[in-house]
Amino acid sequence: MSSTAKKKGFGATIWDYLTTVDHKKIAVLYLIAGTLFFVIGGIEAMLIRIQLAEPNNDFVSAGLFNEIITMHGTTMIFLAAMPLLFAFMNAAVPLQIGARDVAFPFLNSLGFWLFLFGGLFLNLSWFLGGAPDAGWTSYASLSLASPTHGIDFYALGLQISGAGTLIAGINFLVTIINMRAPGMTYMRMPLFTWTTFVASALILFAFPPLTVGLFFMIFDRMFDANFFDHLNGGNTIIWEHLFWIFGHPEVYILVLPAFGLFSEIFATFSRKRLFGYSSMVFATILIGFLGFMVWAHHMFTVGLGPTANAIFAVATMAIAVPTGMKVFNWLLTIWGGNIKVTTPMLYGLGFIPSFVAGGVTGVMQASAPLDYQLHDSYFIVAHFHYVIVGGIVLALFAAAHYYWPLMFNQMLNETLGKITFVFFFVGFHCTFFIQHFLGLMGMPRRVFTYQGDQGWDLFNYISTIGAFLMAIGVILLVVNVIITAIKGEPAGRDPWKDGRTLEWAIPQPVPYYNFKQTPLVRGLDTFWIEKMEGNKEGMTYAEPISDIHMPNNSFIPFMISFGLFVAAFGALYHQDADKAWSLPVLIAGLAITFLSMIVRSLKDDLGYHIHKEELMNEKGGKK
Amino acid sequence: MDLKTKFTPQSWPAHPENATLEGKNKTLGFWIFLGGETVLFATLFATFLALKNKGPNGMEFSTQSLFELPLAFIMTMLLLTSSLTSVYAMYHMKNHNFKAMQAWIAVTVVLGLGFLGLEIYEFYHYVHLGFTFTQSAFGSSFYTLVGTHGLHVIIGLAWFILLMLRNSKRGLNLYNAPKYYLASLYWHFIDVVWVFIFTVVYLMGVLD
Repeated sequence: MSSTAKKKGFGATIWDYLTTVDHKKIAVLYLIAGTLFFVIGGIEAMLIRIQLAEPNNDFVSAGLFNEIITMHGTTMIFLAAMPLLFAFMNAAVPLQIGARDVAFPFLNSLGFWLFLFGGLFLNLSWFLGGAPDAGWTSYASLSLASPTHGIDFYALGLQISGAGTLIAGINFLVTIINMRAPGMTYMRMPLFTWTTFVASALILFAFPPLTVGLFFMIFDRMFDANFFDHLNGGNTIIWEHLFWIFGHPEVYILVLPAFGLFSEIFATFSRKRLFGYSSMVFATILIGFLGFMVWAHHMFTVGLGPTANAIFAVATMAIAVPTGMKVFNWLLTIWGGNIKVTTPMLYGLGFIPSFVAGGVTGVMQASAPLDYQLHDSYFIVAHFHYVIVGGIVLALFAAAHYYWPLMFNQMLNETLGKITFVFFFVGFHCTFFIQHFLGLMGMPRRVFTYQGDQGWDLFNYISTIGAFLMAIGVILLVVNVIITAIKGEPAGRDPWKDGRTLEWAIPQPVPYYNFKQTPLVRGLDTFWIEKMEGNKEGMTYAEPISDIHMPNNSFIPFMISFGLFVAAFGALYHQDADKAWSLPVLIAGLAITFLSMIVRSLKDDLGYHIHKEELMNEKGGKK
Repeated sequence: MDLKTKFTPQSWPAHPENATLEGKNKTLGFWIFLGGETVLFATLFATFLALKNKGPNGMEFSTQSLFELPLAFIMTMLLLTSSLTSVYAMYHMKNHNFKAMQAWIAVTVVLGLGFLGLEIYEFYHYVHLGFTFTQSAFGSSFYTLVGTHGLHVIIGLAWFILLMLRNSKRGLNLYNAPKYYLASLYWHFIDVVWVFIFTVVYLMGVLD
């Protein structure tokens, strides 16, 4: 893809990506791995909809259906949506703030490999005796009773990939605080950087409860602990609390960066400064804060009592206020703008009504008495798919088109992109709009089949047709990528012509050291300011050309993650009496991890310098 | 500033842990990491409070019958003192006095090992009485909370020891100064968590 890759042999390219610590290449890795899991999760979704297309269907068995819905949810949230967002964060955020790389390039690579090996481990459960089958929420009483190893794969796999996510979150926090170019004050940061910042803070505080909850689950299942076993004094509700203390902020971890991406897209293609920038920042922080205050709205029917339910209901409704601020700011950004309806903008225009619909049903469920009616019905399924597909997936597709030229120096085909949008968008509403009514008619969620003639048959059938339309949309996007790669036309700098922020000011393909000279940021939308003043280079520089310090590539992150991957198999099978090999495997895996860490500690890794003279002679981004 | 520059006490910067960009990033990143660790321990504390004294019907064990304050007091004193000695080590680090720093870290490690020994004795004693990890929800949550803290102590000790061995021949520079600084920061964090464990688990356990 990049000019570097073409010159090297295939093996050398692979080795380069296995050892890379460059945020741009790690972005590509996240994009590839996230897409892989997105496709797997999508196939699972199709299987669900085929099974439910008609009453009393026996396309899949009840047990297999449980495994499919569990893996669909888990894969889409942890292994598709988050990594794909990390792909765009890695690609854009360091460039947006004028940095040469993230604060911890080594940890950036480690975060990716941990996520990938955790995800692979989880998905290998399909071939090793059965996938987890207690739903993506894996409520304790249900999951403790699950007879296969599926839940163990879930707990260990998420533990490994969750560690990777936490590392990535800390990395972005430090990067955004410490690595901003001169003049890039907090209130001049592009909104995608701001939302990445707040989402990373949410990761920092939301993932440890999940870590602890998963450990409790592992201890209960593997070591006979009693956290959730009421016969020995345990309490199954603890899992629900811990899961949702993580799980609700997780929604905002996903949707805030999506908001950020759309904020960039609206401003760019309305060719107007983002309306109400400071209120957008304020709303982002407020949503992040309130996101931690509302977890029990997932547990209204548990029986926490009217006082708790009322408090959490009011807090939940309060989140609609900053979210509403954002929606109006987007509308007013478009209002009076010089609008260009490109593919990303089209996704943005589709996003606003879709997401608002999801938000409105969210406020409906925030009302605890009504939630007693809606709970565990298809209304809930419709609601969260409106938020997640209508918010996050549309943002991911928009960002794929928007940032493709930044990541690969090529433009995706615009016409095909718009056709993709039509299929996906129509398919999305066709699938999920009707599920609201299925829920109101009483269809419960997570059922593998249903009796005919209850008035659900036609609606389920329509919903399945919609799912196929969405699948066509995804396939078209893949076709678009292939066509673009074969054509291989370079897009050049600022391919949308209306770029406002620093990532578009950099020459294409992006040099491996990013900025030859650190830019001086002169205001919000700094590239736009420079362009308006007729600056052909697009940047004012903060320093003369001087030596650039670069980190060395390293294979150690891969080895650390691989060791944990191996150790997880040992830990998982250790409970089986007939598998004596499990303990050596566990020890060997941990040995690989710790030896890699020791090598990392003992060997000084000071990086290297690119000298001034080399930089002077260099024109483009070729290594 | 170059990472490998040799320093004298006169040329040594006032804040060596923050004198390089790497050092600055590490310090901030580690503070943020400790924020996450705080949430992790908060979760463990909450679980312990929810499951304290809960077990199968007629369970004989309770915080009152198990815990003995004198032992917990000695452990607390050992760990608090070790935090003080690690401050001395950092004082000498800032004055570029490598030998004194290493010596005070060694004292810290010895005190930490003393704490760890007492904790192992305590656990052994409880297990001997029949109060085990699998015996009750109380047992699971107690050993998980206090054991996670103990694991942190082990990691902190291993960190100190590896740092002392790795750098014994090359002295202080701007490459390893942040590492020493962060190890001591981690040690303080472990200490603070123990203060909460002493209060919430032992004091509140025995008193109410």
